[in-house]
Amino acid sequence: MISLAGRDILHSWGKFVFTGIGLGLLIGVTLTMAGVYRGMVDDAKVLLDNSAADLWVVQKDTLGPYAEPSSLYDDNWRGIRNIQGVASATNVTYLTMQVRHGESDVRVLVTGVVTGETGAPGWPPHLIAGRQITRGHYEAVADVATGFKLGDQIKIRRNVYAVVGLTRRMVSSSGDPMVFIPIKDAQQAQFLKDNDAILEQRRRTEQNPALNRPGLPEVLDAVIATQSANPFVNAVLVQVKPGYAHPEVAESIRRWKRLQVYDRLQMEEILVGKLIATSARQIGMFLVILAVVSAAIVAFIIYTLTMGKIREIAVLKLIGTRNRTIAGMILQQALGLGLIGFVVGKVSATFWAPVFPKYVLLEPGDAIRGFVAVVVICVLASAISIWAALKVDPAEAIGG
Amino acid sequence: MVTAGIRIEGLRKRFGSGDTAVDALKDVNMVITPGEVVGLVGPSGSGKSTLLKCLGAVVEPSAGRMTIGDELIYDNRWVIKDLRALRRDKIGFIFQAPYLIPFLDVTDNVALLPMLAGLSNAMARKQALELLQALDVAHRARAMPSQLSGGEQQRVSIARALVNRPPVILADEPTAPLDGARALAVIRILNQMARQYEAAIIVVTHDEKIIPTFKRIYHIRDGKTHEEVGEGRDFE
Ligand SMILES: Nc1ncnc2c1ncn2[C@@H]1O[C@H](COP(=O)(O)OP(=O)(O)O)[C@@H](O)[C@H]1O
Ligand SMILES: [Mg+2]
Repeated sequence: MISLAGRDILHSWGKFVFTGIGLGLLIGVTLTMAGVYRGMVDDAKVLLDNSAADLWVVQKDTLGPYAEPSSLYDDNWRGIRNIQGVASATNVTYLTMQVRHGESDVRVLVTGVVTGETGAPGWPPHLIAGRQITRGHYEAVADVATGFKLGDQIKIRRNVYAVVGLTRRMVSSSGDPMVFIPIKDAQQAQFLKDNDAILEQRRRTEQNPALNRPGLPEVLDAVIATQSANPFVNAVLVQVKPGYAHPEVAESIRRWKRLQVYDRLQMEEILVGKLIATSARQIGMFLVILAVVSAAIVAFIIYTLTMGKIREIAVLKLIGTRNRTIAGMILQQALGLGLIGFVVGKVSATFWAPVFPKYVLLEPGDAIRGFVAVVVICVLASAISIWAALKVDPAEAIGG
Repeated sequence: MVTAGIRIEGLRKRFGSGDTAVDALKDVNMVITPGEVVGLVGPSGSGKSTLLKCLGAVVEPSAGRMTIGDELIYDNRWVIKDLRALRRDKIGFIFQAPYLIPFLDVTDNVALLPMLAGLSNAMARKQALELLQALDVAHRARAMPSQLSGGEQQRVSIARALVNRPPVILADEPTAPLDGARALAVIRILNQMARQYEAAIIVVTHDEKIIPTFKRIYHIRDGKTHEEVGEGRDFE
C-alpha cells in the first residue's frame, strides 16, 4: 500500500511548505517564549552562583537584597565571621542604575565588592579580558554585555572609573549586565547627593543651634562628616566552613545578629518564586494563546485541504477504501504539517535567540515538550476534518 | 438457470416515509450476462442513479433480490455483510467525470484498487500496467491526471474500474462530456473489455449517439424497467 498522505503532500507541497513555515514561525515564537522564561530563571541562578555565597545576610524582615531593598551596617560582617561555622563574611552592595555609554544609556547593576581579597564572594569568578580590581578606588570590571571595553571610562554618579577587566554572563535577576566597583566607592555612589544638595544640607546643619555650638566647631565638623558618609551595605555574603550544616549556621546568625538569613534554596525560591513569578505567569498566558492559535491554524488548514478533496474521498470510499485509511491520511497530513512547523520553529528559534537583548535559554527538554505539544495539537486539530471525511457518503461519488 | 452476471428481481426503493415518501424504484427486473453491455435509459428523475446506487451497494434497497454472478447479495436485506469489500472486489465504477485521484500518478490511480485488496505494490502496478496497455494509455503511466487529455482520463478511469476483474461494471453517463467519435470509442472499449474480462456492464445514458449501439436496452420510467431489443448497430 502506498502512503496517500505522503503522495498528497508531495503533490501540493507548496501549500504544505508555506503553511508549515507560517506555523513554524509561530512555533518558533512559542519556543522562544519558553526560552525567555528559562533565561530568566537561569539569570537568577547565575546571579546566585556567581556571588559564591552559601548564605545571604540581609536586613531583618526583608526579602533582600535582590527582590526587596535591604540595608545593614557595614560592620556586621565582623560579628558574623566570628560565629561558629562561618568561613567568610563579605559585604556587598547592589545598585541598579543607568550609566552613560557613548551616545546612549545602558542599564546596569553596579555591584560594590570588597577590595584587597581577590576572589572573595561577590567578585566576578571569571574574566575574559584584563584583570580584577586591585586598587581601592576608581577601577571597574564590566560585563561585556554593557558594551564597555578595556580602558573605557564609566561615569557613575560623580566619579569616573577605568574599566580594567571584562567578564561575561554576570547579570542581575532582571537580566541587566553588572559593573563591579570597589565597595567604598559603591557605598558613596548609593548615598551621594549632588553638589547643591550637599551645600543645602550643610547650610541647614550650620543653622541648627544644637549642632553648631559657639566655641565648639568640632561638633559641627563631626556631624557633617557622619552626614556625608554611608555606613550601610545591602547584604553580607557568607561562606560556610565544610562540615557545617547551612541551616544551623543560618540559625546562629539569625539568633545572634537579629538579621534575616537566607540559604541558597530560599534565595532561589525568592528569585524564581516571587521576583519573576508574575513574568512567568505572563509568559504562561502567551504560551497558552500561542498553542490555541497554532491549533486553530492547523485545524483550519487541514479542514480546508480535506474539504477540497471531498469528491476524491467519496470516490476512495466507493471503490473500497477503509475509513481507517482515510482517517490515517488526514491525521498523517496534520502530523506532517506539524513536523514541518516544528523543524522550522526549532531552527528559527535557535537562529534568532542570540539576537535577543536578554538571555534566551532553549532547553532540549522544552523542545521535546514542544514537540509533544505540537503532535497533540495536530491530532486534536485533525479531529474535525476526520469527522467530516468519515461522514462523506460514498453514494455522493455517483451523481444524482 | 444460466449463471447471470447481474440478476435483479422485483427491486424497490422508497426514500423517506409517510407523506413525503418517494418511490424511486417500484419494480426493477434485469438480467445481464457476462460479456454483455446493456443500456439503461430513461428521463431525468426516473430512478437510474438510484438503481446504480443500490446495485453499487451504497444505498440500501427497500425490497427485492440482487445477484452478482452466483452470489445472492440482497434478499430483502443485505446478505453480504462487508459491502466495502463487495464494492472493491465485485463492482467497477465509471463516472460521468473521471474522478481520478489528483495526487496519484496514472499507474497508482489504477493500482490503488488491487493494493486496497491486499496485493503488493509491485503486483498491483503490474496489473495496472496491463490494463493501461489494453486501453492504450500505457505511455502516460507516469503522468499525473492533470496532465492528461479528457479522453485519456476517461480511459484511465475505465482501467481503474476493470483492474480488480469485477464481474459487474456500472457506468453512469460515461460519455456525457465527450463528442460523438470519442463517445463511440468509449463504448467500443467497454464492449471489448466486457468480452475480454467477462464482465456484465450497465451503461446509464441518454446520449442519442450511443443508444443505437446497444443490443439490449432497459428503459426505466417511473421506477419500472421495460426491456427492449436495441439496434445493436455494428460501429466497429
Ligand atoms: N436521497 C434521496 N432522498 C430522497 N429522494 C431521492 C433521493 N435520491 C433520489 N431521490 C428521488 O428519487 C427519484 C429518482 O432519482 P434518480 O435516481 O436520481 O433519477 P435519475 O438518475 O434517473 O435522474 C427522484 O424523484 C429523486 O428526487
Ligand atoms: Mg442521475
